[in-house]
Amino acid sequence: MLVLITYDVSTLNKAGQRRLSRIAKTCLDYGQRVQNSVFECLVEPAQWTSLRAELLRLYSPEEDSLRFYFLGKNWENRVEHHGTKETLNLESGTLII
Amino acid sequence: MKKHLNTLYVTTQNAYLHKEGQSVVVNVEKEARLRIPVHTLDGIVCFGAVSMSPFLMHHCAENHVAVSFLSEYGKFLARIQGPVSGNVLLRREQYRVADIPERAADIARHILIGKIANARAVLRRAMRDHGDNRELKTAECRTTQYLRRLESPMLIEELRGNEGEAAASYFSAFPQLVTVKSEAFQFSGRNRRPPTDPVNAMLSFAYTLLVHDCRSALEGVGLDPCVGFLHSDRPGRPSLALDLMEEFRAFLADRVVLSLINRRQIQAKDFNDSAGGAVTMSDSARRTLLGAWQKRKQEEITHPYLEEKCKIGLLPHLQAQLLVRYLRGDLEAYPPFIWR
Repeated sequence: MLVLITYDVSTLNKAGQRRLSRIAKTCLDYGQRVQNSVFECLVEPAQWTSLRAELLRLYSPEEDSLRFYFLGKNWENRVEHHGTKETLNLESGTLII
Repeated sequence: MKKHLNTLYVTTQNAYLHKEGQSVVVNVEKEARLRIPVHTLDGIVCFGAVSMSPFLMHHCAENHVAVSFLSEYGKFLARIQGPVSGNVLLRREQYRVADIPERAADIARHILIGKIANARAVLRRAMRDHGDNRELKTAECRTTQYLRRLESPMLIEELRGNEGEAAASYFSAFPQLVTVKSEAFQFSGRNRRPPTDPVNAMLSFAYTLLVHDCRSALEGVGLDPCVGFLHSDRPGRPSLALDLMEEFRAFLADRVVLSLINRRQIQAKDFNDSAGGAVTMSDSARRTLLGAWQKRKQEEITHPYLEEKCKIGLLPHLQAQLLVRYLRGDLEAYPPFIWR
């Protein structure tokens, strides 16, 4: 299934900046960055459980906001892209470099 | 059921692959061209001068991502082998069965039934699409005869003889499957090491891709890819992977090659002659073939035996699983994949 993760992390202090980079890194472990604080993660339910737990451990409930959008299995019909930063379809795209 | 995951093909020379977090990063000229989480991959195939950091190798081995290194022209060079996992009892059973001539021959016979039936299906489809002619009809009749012969048990040597003859009659009709009238795509029989004409060059390349997929499918279910039933043991030869791919040669590899030629997606100028008569594919031709290969693997069909919808890329894995079920004694015989 595809999960869209977006976040707003407060970077007013050092701790916030550290949280931002850790959250970004964790998202990169599971998916691809489609815009600055927007990630598309293609995960199995078990992988999602651990990704979610990891993110909830990292963020600060008082200062940051995390949003998850579940696009399910048939996500291809639900996503449209225009403009720059064309992304790869990790599931069925041809990965030839 | 296992999901069909993507395969990453790296053909850009001097690319460097490394690990960043849980992702694979492909660098070309110090610039990250691609970044993908490792869990979305099933395999990585590197062509030619492509290097990889040891940490990524470890990571792939741990996550059951099959890594193969091929020469620029698609000749198999090396692969990364992780710790042997899976069921030791299953592997022992595989070795035992391989040592009993009658049982090995029985598996080999079923594999050949699949292979020849699929070759015949390719011929029949050509007859339906482009009208039949004498060559196609003769080859079709002959393959039917070989199939009938395979209905009764045989010794392994007889099986190999039968296979050779069936393959020869299939390839004798192969020129009829190429509908493009071009000097370059004349086909006068299968040759390899090195291939000496464009069609053979493409076939060899497609078969190498197929070996990679079959081998990782076998490892995925815990079988030893080097102990085969039809192919005898030889150091360094993945005999069981070669056995498994027999069912898919005509159905998958040959058809991809034929449709690229017949749809003029690959042309005579896409090949280079080298000294000694070897013919090699150009970079762009290899990419076209890889692209077509990946696309074909994404297509869905209904598995004839399991009656389940699946992607074509998952077929080697499903057949490997059926082989496991047979070796464990859950099935009376090994049911080969027969294209309908």
